[in-house]
Amino acid sequence: MTKPHTIGKRVLRLEDGPLIRGRGRFVDDLKFAGMLEASFVRSPHAHAAVRHIDTDAARRLPGVHAVFTCADLAPALTQERLPLQFRTDQLPADCAPPVLAKDEVAYVGEPIAVVIAQSRAVAEDAAGLVAIDYEPLAAISDCRVALRPDAPLAHRAKPSNLLIEFRQSYGDIAAAFGPAPHHARVNLKQHRGGAHSIEGRGAVAVYDLNEDRLTLWSSTQLAHEVRAFLMRLLRLDENQIRVVAPDVGGGFGAKFVLYPEEVALAVACLRLRRPVKWIEDRREHFLAAVQERDQYWDLEVSFDDEGRLLGLRGELIHDQGAYTPQGINLPYNASTGVTGPYIVPAYDLRVRVVETNKVATMPVRGAGYPEAAFAMERVLDRIAGALHLDRAQVRRRNLVPAEKMPYVTPLKTRAGSPVALDSGDFPRCLAMALEAIDYAGFAERQRAAWVKGRYLGIGIGNGVKGTGRGPFESGIVRIGRSGHISVYTGAMPMGQGIKTALAQICAEQFGVTADNVTVVAGDTAVIPHGQGGFASRQTITAGSAVHLAALAVREKVLSVAAHLLETGVEDLELHDGRVEVVGAPGSGLTLRQVAEAVSGVPGYAMPGKFEPGLESLQSFLPNSLTYGMGCHAVEVEVDIETGGIRILHYVVVNDSGRLINPMIVEGQLVGGTVHGIGNSLFEWMGYDDSAQPLTTTFADYLLVTATEVPNIEVHFLECPSPLNPLGVKGVGESGCVPAAGAIVAAIEDALSPFGVTISEYPVTPARLFGLIAAARS
Amino acid sequence: MKLPPFEYACPTSISEAVALLASHGGDAKPLAGGQSLVPMLAFRVASPSLLVDLRKLAELRQIRITDNGVTLGAMVRWREILDDARLRTAHPLLVAAVEHVAHYQIRNRGTVGGSMAHADPAAEMPGIAVTCEAQIAVVGKSGARVIEAAAFFQGPLMTALRADEIITEIRLPQWPAKRRFGFQEFARRRGDFAMAAAAVFYDEDAGKLARNAHVGAIGVADRPLRLNAVEAVLDDNTIDDSIIAKAEAAASAAVDPADDIHSSGAYRKALIGVMVERALKGAASIG
Repeated sequence: MTKPHTIGKRVLRLEDGPLIRGRGRFVDDLKFAGMLEASFVRSPHAHAAVRHIDTDAARRLPGVHAVFTCADLAPALTQERLPLQFRTDQLPADCAPPVLAKDEVAYVGEPIAVVIAQSRAVAEDAAGLVAIDYEPLAAISDCRVALRPDAPLAHRAKPSNLLIEFRQSYGDIAAAFGPAPHHARVNLKQHRGGAHSIEGRGAVAVYDLNEDRLTLWSSTQLAHEVRAFLMRLLRLDENQIRVVAPDVGGGFGAKFVLYPEEVALAVACLRLRRPVKWIEDRREHFLAAVQERDQYWDLEVSFDDEGRLLGLRGELIHDQGAYTPQGINLPYNASTGVTGPYIVPAYDLRVRVVETNKVATMPVRGAGYPEAAFAMERVLDRIAGALHLDRAQVRRRNLVPAEKMPYVTPLKTRAGSPVALDSGDFPRCLAMALEAIDYAGFAERQRAAWVKGRYLGIGIGNGVKGTGRGPFESGIVRIGRSGHISVYTGAMPMGQGIKTALAQICAEQFGVTADNVTVVAGDTAVIPHGQGGFASRQTITAGSAVHLAALAVREKVLSVAAHLLETGVEDLELHDGRVEVVGAPGSGLTLRQVAEAVSGVPGYAMPGKFEPGLESLQSFLPNSLTYGMGCHAVEVEVDIETGGIRILHYVVVNDSGRLINPMIVEGQLVGGTVHGIGNSLFEWMGYDDSAQPLTTTFADYLLVTATEVPNIEVHFLECPSPLNPLGVKGVGESGCVPAAGAIVAAIEDALSPFGVTISEYPVTPARLFGLIAAARS
Repeated sequence: MKLPPFEYACPTSISEAVALLASHGGDAKPLAGGQSLVPMLAFRVASPSLLVDLRKLAELRQIRITDNGVTLGAMVRWREILDDARLRTAHPLLVAAVEHVAHYQIRNRGTVGGSMAHADPAAEMPGIAVTCEAQIAVVGKSGARVIEAAAFFQGPLMTALRADEIITEIRLPQWPAKRRFGFQEFARRRGDFAMAAAAVFYDEDAGKLARNAHVGAIGVADRPLRLNAVEAVLDDNTIDDSIIAKAEAAASAAVDPADDIHSSGAYRKALIGVMVERALKGAASIG
């Protein structure tokens, strides 16, 4: 293979030019003649019966065009609930959220009615006039309490709050605990907040009477699935609905689902025959966009004198919220992700997924893997503490060594394939991180700081992320009669830079630079099938599809050129967008000439009997996940008087396989790590005992800002994946997986003179102060 | 999160502004920088029938420095305080505190008078006013009056200001060149409201003993506080480690903050002691 000319280069992102110049086009930038705006009436109660809805006053307000309740929408819909996104027999159909609540509301923020008015301000005024007669019901907030027999029920009609229980189990767990010399118990509360992309959710529905076609412009991560669900709900065929995601200002998982608002908007548009827009405001994002939230882990580990894991068992209780729009993949990933990069001979985890009166949970960047990694890293730190062993040494003894790759565990992904670590060198990742942070010199730094009354700590966190979920992604490569190269894909850009990566992959086969390739994505009109953006998958799946399509088109270009030049394919080379005879610079044909040749002349035969056009549609179907590995090493300083935490040095070593664009990968890793810092230290979505949300503004729910982010040092280890033709692994979520484990360990280490143990994040100064005070007294 | 309906007026004189406020019988609100009021409107926790925009009242935008002290017009913005080089010597404590006010964009619009009238217990400017015994000049339909800072703040978001009154000036007493001072704040992120903050100053006599000690506490009560018990510890003493330790303990003992969703009262109680300690160390150039 010749040296790649664009893959692996730090190509500037093709997306950035328009965005930096303020020429991006997000949903809220779309304006249509006669467009109306929507505001949703949302429940102020965590749990209540809805006895009566009176919309008269709202309808009468000047500027209001319509007010729709569940009863109004029902005739237009094939079902009153959203379809469960991950269709499975395990879950009852009634766990999915209703489009609009009918006679019961189950979380604060649940939509009950939608007002359509000439402006959003008028719609909000009218929403305040919708009079709803509620009968408040007891609400359940804490998912552990929810399991008690006398607990309030999240839904009146259900027998209990337990949605589903399952078990991950392999090996002889009893034997692993029987004679084991050492046991330890680790209880954890893990909390991750919402997605909080800069651009919230939003959509505009437009109906074209002439074409009888509804177009939904939506800030979504899954255009094709939104179209499919709307076809089903609204009895439409593929010609009657198009879904387009324009520029999307971040998603982080929370836009990877069809929302009630999108359905209500589509119905309202069809009923009123007017364009209708809804833009989520931040308060709505806090109340009604999915979150990750709470998991309670109770783990017991057995280990030998060397600190090697023998068995791990325990329980996980997951707060599912009031509804299940997607599935139980978040707790499922958490339960299968625990072993991560380590060898765990026996494992048994009982998982209970519990309904509460809070907004639904679903994966947010990381999707259960951060929780899994945190659990395992806490366990390993506890082992090190119990045996007075160095924490890095304990990890080295338990990591899967490079020579055991591929390493197949007995666990199964939710698709049924084994959790199999396909490639990588985990001990090498760890060694690189330790070297970069000068782990060997830390003890001396820590001692020197103590002399000055300062408290430094160091922490290590490892984590793998299963990436590149199937079943497929699609890509079309087309060279038009202009000679211009275009890529069409079902993949969904939302800020990652995937267009640039796909352009590079395609450009590689034609010897051009990435900016000569146009990538069109996020539009159901340009390609028949697509899965969208989730699970750090798009460079793997869409990238491979585009790669295969580009290879096919390249082959045809060469064949056509060989025919036209009356030479053999083996005598031709393709570079700079030209097909040339080897050794004869300036000879041959441009891509435009080749494209013209296979475009046909009316009434004449196609040259060489070639099929018309230079085009290939390919799908890539991964057989299983490829695992990216991250090792984070963090040095912090804790101010023991204030509980203040400062990150002094942050090192990320990541194996994302072959890098298409190291700059984009670096950006993804830094972004993911910042997300992890937020989870570890700042982001807290609080609810009180009656499930009322407490933190619904950015003054109370703290996101990391530039002043809290340290310089994050990124190093790569490139171990190509054997599971796709490009050798790539996903990276979008990787940064946030090991972060909390490493950061919390560093804080705990800084407080080692006081013997503080941390079992919960986010670690806030007030909480840390309490732990220090308790340990000192 | 769209604003509710309201009338809007943009008067060009103070008397016109006062007349507009008075004409709506308590249902009108003055609009200064809008950094607190506008979000409250968007959340619909406030819905005045009339907003009286003060932005055209040029006489409220002046910073005057005289032998009597520093006078800040109510419409002076944070950015203007930070940009005014004279204030670094004329009132360095004010400048040190304002450096902690919010973020870049907010400092460009937020005003001194707006912060005073909003009276958030964790805001810096009310704390400085109380610590420095500022006078707040206001004018209403029954004329002008001056309110002492200590009497101005009456609780969270509550002041002595009447519905038809607007703040015109905040008068900070003269600042001796050799005065020692310190300002310390702990916030979750730079620019956030204080979890706790301390403003301290004292003068030194010929024998290096502290005189005229003033200690203010922010974010630990329903309004900014002067900590007289701490001042008593400092006055007539050399400010050294042992006096500072006593001051720290006295500061914690002097407050009784309530628990809230972000912190226990016990945490803030300890934190104010640490802030006083660190502010005093800064003032005394220790450590």
